[in-house]
Amino acid sequence: MAPSVATPPPERPQAAPPQGKAPTKAVEGSSTWSMLDRIGLAFCWALGLLFCAIAVAIVVYLFLQGVKFLKLDQLTTPAATGFSETETGGFSDALIGTIIVAVMGISLALPVGIAIAVWLVEYGRPAPLARVTELTIEAIAGIPSIVLALFGTVIFSSTALGFLSRSNEGVVFGRSFFAAAAMLSLVALPLVVASTRQGLESIPRHVREASYAVGKTKAATIRRILLPTARPQVATGMILGLGRIIGDTAIILVLLGATQNFAPVEGAVFPFDYLRGAGTTLTNFVYEASPTGNLNQPQKAYAAAFVLLLMVLGLNAAADLVHRRARKAGTWSH
Amino acid sequence: MEPLSAPPPIRRLDPQDPIPAREVVLGVPTNGNGAAGAPAAGGFTAAKRSIAAPQFSIRRMEVDKVSIHYGAKEAVKGVSLPIRQGEVLALIGPSGCGKTTLLRSLNRLTELTAAARLTGSIRLDDVDIRLIEPTLLRRRVTMVFQQPNPFPMSVFDNIAYVLREQGSRRTKKKVLAPQVHSALQRAGLFEEVKDNLDHPALKLSGGQQQRLCIARALAAEPEVLLLDEPCSALDPQSTAVIEDLIVKLRDDVAVVIVTHNLQQAYRIADHVAFMYLGDLVEYNSATRLFNAPAQERTREYVSGAFG
Repeated sequence: MAPSVATPPPERPQAAPPQGKAPTKAVEGSSTWSMLDRIGLAFCWALGLLFCAIAVAIVVYLFLQGVKFLKLDQLTTPAATGFSETETGGFSDALIGTIIVAVMGISLALPVGIAIAVWLVEYGRPAPLARVTELTIEAIAGIPSIVLALFGTVIFSSTALGFLSRSNEGVVFGRSFFAAAAMLSLVALPLVVASTRQGLESIPRHVREASYAVGKTKAATIRRILLPTARPQVATGMILGLGRIIGDTAIILVLLGATQNFAPVEGAVFPFDYLRGAGTTLTNFVYEASPTGNLNQPQKAYAAAFVLLLMVLGLNAAADLVHRRARKAGTWSH
Repeated sequence: MEPLSAPPPIRRLDPQDPIPAREVVLGVPTNGNGAAGAPAAGGFTAAKRSIAAPQFSIRRMEVDKVSIHYGAKEAVKGVSLPIRQGEVLALIGPSGCGKTTLLRSLNRLTELTAAARLTGSIRLDDVDIRLIEPTLLRRRVTMVFQQPNPFPMSVFDNIAYVLREQGSRRTKKKVLAPQVHSALQRAGLFEEVKDNLDHPALKLSGGQQQRLCIARALAAEPEVLLLDEPCSALDPQSTAVIEDLIVKLRDDVAVVIVTHNLQQAYRIADHVAFMYLGDLVEYNSATRLFNAPAQERTREYVSGAFG
């Protein structure tokens, strides 16, 4: 039993009131932290600022160089042989090549990636098979693209796949937009799968059950409820995948032939003559035009790199927009 | 009570039915508050029973010695009880007592959890539900969940989704409009949303979302409506609206509601089943179960001794 006369609580030591202006709000300060925590905090700030500075430096530098060296006619004239910078043309073939591999690569990766993600999240049985599938996707994500490219040459040089590239007297060249796009789709695939899975997994279980509970089949639920709900994440995966495809150089170098211009196959029907032939992309052009490459025209390299950068930044902005719009649409509680 | 427009027809009302179509509900006629002469068992004299005695009651579902196992764990142990149209049946009991599992087994949703195994039988109009194709069964026995979960589409499309063939989008809006409006009216939501049928459903308030979910469940023209703690995520005002709605619905569909809220069970249920650790401890009329429980366990639970 407590004594009937309440004893006042012992006086707590109060922090000395700060001199000068009275504070209007009490806040937690790092002054009470241990030395290690304070050093850690300072380190985080320093590194964060450093990486911001590096990113800004790259963008600003490329922007300045790009504005200086990019001429609009470079976007419309293909590369040509010549002795001076004025004679060697622009990089229109490379620009169109980039667009072609991006469209072809993502239109392979997107349906396959969505299908894999749906199977993993909504079916995923037998469990060992699901685990193997997961590991395979992770493995593909980890393989350097140059290794994928090497593997691609083996596949696409086989006689059976001769119709996808140029063949001469039974010897299959194995390098074409088809070959490059097929292997590039593998680069984008893990990103599409991961993002789509994340989207599907974020849908609460009771939402699926609400659809089953009004007599809908699993297929109808996936098609009409789950995939539309996961659309922002699918779009994010697609955009990230596109960024990777656009930025890849190794596969282009090994599997696209890395010519300076389109090299359509004679006698084939448009557009298959171009798609079966060799070509180039902006990344390859930048490599060739850099001081290391055969062209060695750094000014054009900067111009092409600037165009590349604009494309990637545009894609990132698009991903951001999709996400922000999705957040506005509202969601369920779990 | 405003007249409900276009109530769904009561199907398969067979006068030759071996089960008497009119079951006398044991219990005390309700007259506003707890039954007269109730012993001081629960603190339910404060809660008002504002519903009238059922007009009729027809046995629609029959739960017969049902046990449900999750692996080695027995979640429901040999439960038998009838589910009647014209009445509201409430399942009460502490968390983990198997009431939600039992509810979900009534339209075979438990089968989606691979480990669940059911013995005994559940019959819908004297047909074992295991013999009814699941998607057909789930249109006859629809369900509303604890969290409001409208689909991320417009109010109209939420209902239209139920009315259309599986994955199809082909049926024109104009064709579906009368049915959509009727479902919304039966759920008491039409007046509030009639000008905004194209607005996203997830922008409605929580109570409106839950009524939309009820409208969605009613759009399938079910015979049994299952409600899994439909008000636990809602504020008291929305809860009152939904309770009124549930009582209105009992003549058209057999209503089964799982609730943690004893007062709610007392307010709106005609029969109450109290479950504890998987056992059905007591099945009785609401007035009896709360005011004169037959079992000691029930008395302890409704008086707040545990739970």
